[in-house]
Amino acid sequence: MAEAARKLDTELPEPPGRLTDLAAPAVEDEQAVSWKEAQRPDSPLYANRIKVHPRDVRGPIRRIKWLVLGVLLAIYYVTPWIRWDRGPDAPDQAVLIDMTARRAYFFFIEIWPQEVYYLTGLLVLGAVGLFFVTSLFGRLWCGYACPQTVWTDLFMWVERKVEGDRNARMRLDKQAMSGAKLRKRLTKHGIWLLIALLTGGAWIMYFQDAPTFVAEFFTGQASSGTYFFVGLFTATTYLLAGWAREQVCTYMCPWPRFQAAMFDEDTLVVTYQRWRGEPRGKHKKGESWEGRGDCIDCSACVAVCPTGIDIRDGQQLECIGCGLCIDACNDVMQKVGRPKELITFDTEANQAALEEGRPKPTWKLIRLRTIFYAMLFFGVAAAMLVTYVTRASVDISVLHDRAPLFVTLSDGDIRNGYTIKILNMTREPRSFRLAYEIDDGLPSTSMEVLGVEGTGEVATLTAESDSVATYQVYVRAPAEALDAASLPIAFTLTDPSRGDRVTYDSVFRGPEK
Amino acid sequence: MPTKVEKDQLTGTETTGHEWDGIKELNTPLPKWWVYVFYATIVWSLGYFVLYPAIPLGSTYTKGILGWSSREQVEEQLARAEERQAEFLNGIRESSLPEIVDDPTLFQFARQGGAVYFADNCAACHGAGGMGNPGGFPVLADDAWIWGGDLEAIHATIRHGVRWDDDPDTRFSMMPAYGDGLLTAEEIGQVADYVLSLSGAAPEGADPAAGAEIFAVQCAACHGENGTGLADLGAPNLTDAIWLYGGERSDVVAQITNPQHGVMPSWANRLDSEVVKMLTVYVHSLGGGQ
Repeated sequence: MAEAARKLDTELPEPPGRLTDLAAPAVEDEQAVSWKEAQRPDSPLYANRIKVHPRDVRGPIRRIKWLVLGVLLAIYYVTPWIRWDRGPDAPDQAVLIDMTARRAYFFFIEIWPQEVYYLTGLLVLGAVGLFFVTSLFGRLWCGYACPQTVWTDLFMWVERKVEGDRNARMRLDKQAMSGAKLRKRLTKHGIWLLIALLTGGAWIMYFQDAPTFVAEFFTGQASSGTYFFVGLFTATTYLLAGWAREQVCTYMCPWPRFQAAMFDEDTLVVTYQRWRGEPRGKHKKGESWEGRGDCIDCSACVAVCPTGIDIRDGQQLECIGCGLCIDACNDVMQKVGRPKELITFDTEANQAALEEGRPKPTWKLIRLRTIFYAMLFFGVAAAMLVTYVTRASVDISVLHDRAPLFVTLSDGDIRNGYTIKILNMTREPRSFRLAYEIDDGLPSTSMEVLGVEGTGEVATLTAESDSVATYQVYVRAPAEALDAASLPIAFTLTDPSRGDRVTYDSVFRGPEK
Repeated sequence: MPTKVEKDQLTGTETTGHEWDGIKELNTPLPKWWVYVFYATIVWSLGYFVLYPAIPLGSTYTKGILGWSSREQVEEQLARAEERQAEFLNGIRESSLPEIVDDPTLFQFARQGGAVYFADNCAACHGAGGMGNPGGFPVLADDAWIWGGDLEAIHATIRHGVRWDDDPDTRFSMMPAYGDGLLTAEEIGQVADYVLSLSGAAPEGADPAAGAEIFAVQCAACHGENGTGLADLGAPNLTDAIWLYGGERSDVVAQITNPQHGVMPSWANRLDSEVVKMLTVYVHSLGGGQ
């Protein structure tokens, strides 16, 4: 072990020159090397992935990460089982996207397909919120909350429980296949697949009634589509969290590539305090710390890294900002009797000041970009809230008949036809009052609704609960009263009992003048 | 391709050999998993070639061992649709026309189905949505009916057609050509002025009184004393604002002198009885049904 370390030490000049000199892959026992160093392309067609074997680590950051992981997984698996009473004809699942009935439910909110802009709003909020948090605290999303990180962490925990920690796993990888190895491998993949199945299954529960789905799934009565999607999400979970892992972040995910746009010198990042750590080198107990840095080049930070990089190389795309290297380094610093936080969460501005011996600059939380992101966030949130609070429980859509555009009647009147749809978004049958006005009150006009008796200036129209009612409406006006080929007409639908009132603007067409 | 493979000093990775302003691009190899995905798609395509129709061979093609065909799929879907429609079609077959109109479900089905058949069979002459066409193809969306606008009358007109020789029950009427010696050109002009005056459209300076006498003798038998027409004889109402062959004086004169007569096929033998009923309900619902 020590020999290997010394060998590496002597052979490795300053980075990045060592990349060319290092024989691949030099991962021997404790001395961890980031895969970027170890990877050396020897084939022109493809590059082998250097497998990352993250070591277990303990510390406050790891504890926070476990806590976040537990809470997020609990939310994911429990949410579909929360019930919410909406009356006899509606599903009682609190969170449900009902594709076949074209409704989305979120506790007390019910969304119709044409209100999908709420979903757009949520996505915008999610994006801007992410920008906001990222510009302040760096890659908190990547390191703690991203599903890829959460499930990979869970899968790694299973792997560690079954196959042992980093060194044991690396030895196991090198071993020839044996009964013991096979048993460990089968156990690991079995548990992975089980978790993946639960994950894929839980995803479907957001689109189907959860208890019904479970009963149907295990009795073979679910639709082939259901089985397909459960299988699909099981497979993606298993592959992405079990096999692809950090490659998802490095190769597939666009977020690491453009999040740099949200970063500035006051953004919190996981950083190696180069000014304190360099020059690094091995340290024997009792040796002086004079003239050298605090980094003892133990590679603990590399060994625990879930994406297998060396944080001492500086900021890099692959770093997901989880901070596990901080826990690992603090542990080592404590053992060798040096101050903690050689690797730490800090801003670039602060690090630059420390490096040059300037006084510590104040951490500017309020910056142009954070103000901008915050305003955008609260603006969109407020707009969504206002539209939700003021939204009517009824909507109307009017389609002017185009064939024919208008009809000349026997007494010379001009008649236009309209297809009117009334959307009753409540859970009870309702009746509405439909009125119209052509061009600020054209006189001597009348309305007729197909299949509805007794209409004239206004009509009383009904719509069943939670459904769309369609009516054919004819409006007529004397030809001589029309002073243009096209006049505006406004249909107004009111429900006095609830105070709902919606208007739709259309046109009334006549012959060219 | 450069003949000599050049390696980047810093990383040891090959370069592409191109240089832009002193900057060279690394020829970074693809990740292995990516290459495997590429191979997997090739394997997938082979399976697809074997299972599904794939290679065109002139007038035929490889069928694939699953025997899948989009035509069969369409036929299956059509059969399923017909199965689902059967219930409604039975309802329409067994109900009278007023019963269909009063039953909201049957009415919706008849109206929407009728719209489709109308577009296929009727719209060529009567226009989309029954908007009519100039030159004797009546507007069906207005409230003027030559042969009657209630459900029964519309049903009879569609079934037997108008002036359709092959159908003994067809609607038939013939207006004499008054230009063939029955009336002089001057008299025809006077009648035309009178007819136009019935809807308040007489040309300035015209004296309808002269034409009124001729009208009472020659025209009132079919068009009625007041010119309001008679649906049983297919004689149009002359007092309204609707003119099948045009409302100008010259149009009216031409029609009296040598009348045009429209022809419509009988549909009883061309379309199923349910379809004719659906068309009746649809046409009746266009806005002018009586």
